Parts: sequence; C-alpha cells; structure tokens
Amino acid sequence: MKSLEEAKAEVTDTFSMFDQWLDKYEYLIDLGKNLQAYPLDKKTDDRLINGCQSRVWLDYQVKDGRIWFTADSDAIITKGIISLLISVYSGRTPEEIASDDFSFIDQIGLKENLSPTRANGLVSMIATIRGVAAENLKKK
Amino acid sequence: MNIEDIRSLFPALSDKVYGQNLVYFDNAATSQRPKAVIDKWLYLVQHANANIHRGLHYLADQATDEYESTRDYVKDFIGASHREEIVFTSGTTNSINLVASSFGEAFVNEGDEIIVTQAEHHSDIVPWQLLCQNKGARLKVLGVDENGHLEVDQLETLLSPKTKLFCMTQISNVLGLVNPVSEAARICHSHGVKILVDGAQGLVHQGIDVKKSDVDFYAFSGHKIYAATGTGVLYGKKELLDAMPPFMGGGEMIDHVSFEKTTFAKSPEKFEAGTQNFNSVPTLKPALDFARMVAQDEEVIEAQHEICDYLFDKLTSNPRVRIFGVPHGTEKTIPLFSFAVEGVHHEDLALLLDKMGIASRSGQMCAEPLMNRFGVTGMLRISLAVYNTMQEAEYFMKCLDRAIGMLL
Repeated sequence: MKSLEEAKAEVTDTFSMFDQWLDKYEYLIDLGKNLQAYPLDKKTDDRLINGCQSRVWLDYQVKDGRIWFTADSDAIITKGIISLLISVYSGRTPEEIASDDFSFIDQIGLKENLSPTRANGLVSMIATIRGVAAENLKKK
Repeated sequence: MNIEDIRSLFPALSDKVYGQNLVYFDNAATSQRPKAVIDKWLYLVQHANANIHRGLHYLADQATDEYESTRDYVKDFIGASHREEIVFTSGTTNSINLVASSFGEAFVNEGDEIIVTQAEHHSDIVPWQLLCQNKGARLKVLGVDENGHLEVDQLETLLSPKTKLFCMTQISNVLGLVNPVSEAARICHSHGVKILVDGAQGLVHQGIDVKKSDVDFYAFSGHKIYAATGTGVLYGKKELLDAMPPFMGGGEMIDHVSFEKTTFAKSPEKFEAGTQNFNSVPTLKPALDFARMVAQDEEVIEAQHEICDYLFDKLTSNPRVRIFGVPHGTEKTIPLFSFAVEGVHHEDLALLLDKMGIASRSGQMCAEPLMNRFGVTGMLRISLAVYNTMQEAEYFMKCLDRAIGMLL
C-alpha cells in the first residue's frame, strides 16, 4: 500500500495534468461512477454528512488499527470528491489522519473553485473524516 | 429597444467567468443592476449622504427628498391611492414579517386561521407558522395540482368564519406560473378575509395594480427588479396599516416618548423604525423607470416571448426532462423554468453549467414543501430577464445536453 504522502502526491500529479475545469470534473465524475457500491442499509441519517446540497453518507470500519472508509452520494461529482478523499485516507491509522493538514485539497484547487455550497460540503466531508480519526484516537 | 442596447446598460453582463461569457440565468434570485441604478447609489453616497427626517441642513434635505419622492414614485408604480400606504422595508421577507407581527397582533386570535399556498417560498410560510404558534391560531394550506397550478377552486371551501388572512404568491419562484390574484382577492373579500400577495417574482414580470386587483397587502424586493439590495416595499391598505401596531420600536417612528407612555407616528413612519436605507431606497426610481420602459416595449416583449417558447419547447421535447409548472395552452408564461433530469442530480448539472459560464440555481429554492409536493430533493432552475438573449438560450440548451451527456 502507498504511504499517505505518496497517495496525496499521486492525486496532485493527476490534477496538475488538467488545464480545463471541465476535465477535472470529467475525472471526478469517473471516480464517482466507479466508486465501490455502498450498502443501502448504511444510508442512514446518522451517517449523513451535514452541510452539503446533495446527500453524502460516510461509513467506516476499524481493522488492525486502521480506518477503512466507504461512502456514497446521490450527486455524482460529490461522489467523485468523497471517493477521492477516501482513496487517500482509507487504510490509514487515526494518528496519520489526525496529524494531516489536508492541504493537498487546496493544491488541486478544489476548495476555491467549487461553488460556495459545495466548498462547505467539502469542508464538512473533511471535518467528518477528521472527527472519525479523533474519536478512534480517544478509544486507544 | 434592441437587445444590445439593453445589455449595454448592465455592466455585469459583459463579465467573463472561467474565460467564458457570463450567461446570467439566475434572475429570480437577484437581477443585475443597470448603470442608472449604480450611478444613483454612487451619487447618493457621495453627495447626499445624511440621515433622513431629522437634520435641518442641506444634505439632510437632499437625502429626505430623494427618499420621500421614491415613496410617491412607488405609489404610482403599483397604483396605490395614498403615499402613506407605502412602507419601506429591507425586502419581501421583512415586509411579510411586518404584516405577520403587526396584523397578527391586531387581528389574529386563538382559534383563528391563516391560509397559505403550497407554492409559497419559506418567507411566506415561516412568519405565519410563528404567528400561529404565538397566537394558538391554525395554518391551512391551499394545494397546487400536478401541473403546478393553484387549486383556486378549493379556496372557497378552505375559508371559514375563523379565517383572517390568505397569503399567496403572484408568481412562484419555482413554478413560474402567474396566479389569479384578482380572482383570489374577490373570493377572500366575499368572505370578509384579507389577502396578502407576495410580489417578489411577480412585479418584474407582471407588474401590479393594487387598486384594480384589490389586494390588502403587497410585498416586494427591490433587488429582484434592478434596484439596490436591501430595498423592499410593503403596500398595505391605509385603514389596515392605521389599525396595526408598530413592528419595531426606535428612531422616528414615535410621536412622543416618555417613560410612562409613548405615542406613535402615523403610517408609514410608524413602521420605519431606526435609520432607514436612505442610500439605496432611491435607486428604486431608476430601477422602476427601466422596468416600466421595457414592459411597454413591443420589441422587448416579442423577444422575451420567443425565448420563452424556445426554451419551453426544447426542454419539454427532451424525454428525460420533467418541468414543474406546466402552463395550459394559451396561458401567459414567464421565462422561468424549474426542472429535473431523469438519472441526473440537479447539483451536478448546476456545477457543470457554471464551468460553461452559465449561472443557474439548484436545490430546494427555499420552497421545501413544494419539493415534497413533487417528490424531489431539489430542481434545477433557470430564470431569465429582459437582457437575456436567444443566443444565450441556445447556448444553454447545448450546454445542458453536454452536461447530461457527461453525467449519464
């Protein structure tokens, strides 16, 4: 498995190849379409991330001290974004996630250029992933 | 007036977004401002900035004249009988809250009823819910049918001796259909019920004659009809405003103040507590001037018609598209369309259109009960103004097809 730094660098590299906004979106749409199916019975209100215009569900399991995320959304671009996030942060330890500053999101230019509601959604997604890490740190 | 001349009056329309020409199709949220409005505001800020109604100096006179002459101007524009019937507020929401509070205080008691329609946006629902909670009154709802038309034939059966007020929108911000205001007013009045009309979307597309339509209250926002933000109007029949207590206290809304007893000014001052938005309210004059001019211009009317027909035909000929608010054959339409695309989320569409330079609106549009009525989590809405062109409409349809293609 790639390290967290390697995974982030790979995403940043990929995005640096797109010079058009629509190309970035095309890529996110692809990620969204290819995200692993999320079980229907996990689409519960307590797994919903607040602050997004579309609905986003995030679930996780802890195995051998590592957090594995699964997610879904009813909007495909949002699904692509959460897919991107969990591809980077899934399989990490709570310490790794908690000590990361998530600044690679700024580097790929997603935060500024997505519409304000969406930017809030992204902030909420990151906050939720961080929250999961913090919770599991406490349990240790 | 030809379309290029109209567009040249609006500086924002020549902007580029993401390197593309801006296509502004979110006019139901707010319109762009013509140069005359911007100039007026700048002039007032630079040369007539003084608090109104109180100073005895030159600037205060200037500012007061600008503000008070706007009241006369608005009175004429909507066909009111008296200048005292025009109250300046911060917008439609504020106007409706004023009525809910002051009319509610004077006329609504426990067990009484207020009726709203299913097509209202939150600003014409929540103030009435709050009032009903406070007073122990009941909120009733007049439905809309599958095509988005108000079920006006049901209004009579909803009215009861306990009904105090019926609140309806002139044009829903989602459905874009023109509601029968005069007919509703006649039905309400035959039962001794007052009627409030939300003109936030209606005024810019339909205009209003409050005397002819005989509505008791009419609320609108300046920023949706080319004026500065934070300008709003409440029209109320004089005898009603006179009978209503103040909404807020402070400033020049008083007659005499003592710790034992305060007496209040007459309407409209009674309802205009605190420092008023005197730099912006006078922008209503050039804004309404423009609105009046284009409303009477045959060339503009014809062009709007063509664009409206084009968009409606194109959207309805796509089997994936479901339009909410479907006009009958000869029914007058306005260039506002809310729709859902089968298999595609409204938010995804709005994001992709944005990157193609098109400003649209997606989501619940502050009308959650209406979303529930149609069983959707949100819609995509395009709303055009007189400065939007057929080329923009054609570009939009091309972009919509492209976006749908990317998402499916």
